[in-house]
Amino acid sequence: MLNKNTGGWILFISLLIAFLLTALPLPHWADDWRPAWVAMVLIYWCMALPERIGIGIAWCMGLLLDVQQGALLGQNALGLALIAYFVIQIHKRFRLFPLVQQSCLVGFIIIFYLLISSWVTGIMGIPPKTWTYWMPAISSMVLWPWLFVILRDIRRQYNVT
Amino acid sequence: MRIVAFILASLIMMTVDHRQGHLERVRSVLTVFVYPLQYVANLPVTVINWVSESLTTRAGLVKENTRLREEQLILSSKVQKFEILEAENERLREMLKSSEKLDERVLIAELLAVDLQPFRHQIVINKGRREGVYEGQPIVDANGVMGQVVHVGPFSSTVLLLTDPIHAIPVRINRNGLRSVAVGTGQSHVLQLEHLPNNVDIKEGDLVVSSGLGSRFPPGYPVGIVYNISRVPGEPFAKVSILPSAQLEKSREVLLVWPKSSPELPSNFESSLDDPNLLDDLDVSARQ
Repeated sequence: MLNKNTGGWILFISLLIAFLLTALPLPHWADDWRPAWVAMVLIYWCMALPERIGIGIAWCMGLLLDVQQGALLGQNALGLALIAYFVIQIHKRFRLFPLVQQSCLVGFIIIFYLLISSWVTGIMGIPPKTWTYWMPAISSMVLWPWLFVILRDIRRQYNVT
Repeated sequence: MRIVAFILASLIMMTVDHRQGHLERVRSVLTVFVYPLQYVANLPVTVINWVSESLTTRAGLVKENTRLREEQLILSSKVQKFEILEAENERLREMLKSSEKLDERVLIAELLAVDLQPFRHQIVINKGRREGVYEGQPIVDANGVMGQVVHVGPFSSTVLLLTDPIHAIPVRINRNGLRSVAVGTGQSHVLQLEHLPNNVDIKEGDLVVSSGLGSRFPPGYPVGIVYNISRVPGEPFAKVSILPSAQLEKSREVLLVWPKSSPELPSNFESSLDDPNLLDDLDVSARQ
């Protein structure tokens, strides 16, 4: 039981950095390509530690993201909770996938997440106008192998369980 | 099973947040956790600015100083004229029994260089409820109206810019007093005037100022300049595009305005304004 809660601060810091990267000002051309950092980090932890990071935490993260981004309260919370649910359902298979296959799956998950957000903003009457809205899915897909390796090494180094 | 509960919770929250303002308190509390993050994300920009400011050469400073002094001289001479005009205006308005006060309290706020939702036009400023910022407060910069506060936290607030697709501001044409509503388009340099008939008296280059109707924005601040009018004979309305006067993407400092008093109306108007439904109808400054 004592062992179960090691490395909680690693989880905290990784999510914190994801939030920082989401808020970090980027040049205009790179803005559309910003990966969905919080969603990606959440996917990793849901896959690696499904008994610790669950739908509840994902939902709270989404709520914070809504406040940070000035979105409708619940918009990202809904998306992230669904992502967490889906990843936890398939986490055993997900771990065994080769990195390329994982990337593709992450790309699809992010597309699904963006789709939910676009539905919500569409209902509000401000649907995304250009195809650049979907760019984060591609950039997240490309960056996933690096994120995976980095977070896996950190998890092993600090023995996060 | 739990996922269903969370989905329902999200849906309920979104509906309540969109339809009513009950969740502003929750948002305001959560802002306390988010503000440090935004502050840290803003730090690199602050450091770069600080470094570039401290590395300015003496010659550069002297040059800037001279320029500012000249500018100040020109401005203060303009203010002298303005004061006389203001007094005259006040006197004339008193004669007409409709005194209008233009002096407002202002506070300078700095923008935090953080990125928000893509495809929306929102900014974060470093002043919040502690400084007396309130929801719906108008924001201006040196050149014109920028937008209004939509979410207030204890230390920071979120501002909706004029160009956001859900923003609208009541305006009038400075030349002839024609009233309209300027609506954001989602593009960063274009506003549009709604519901102007094809034969309307409007020209390219006309200055558009806030009208003060809806009692959210103070009257008389520049909103933009008409730069394109397309009159299609088959369409019921002319398409009038405005270039915003405010430097919506460049300003680093903005002014928060506390309108001291809305225009005082003659006494026979007041009874009709007491009707709350009428006020709601007038309040077109935020369509959300």
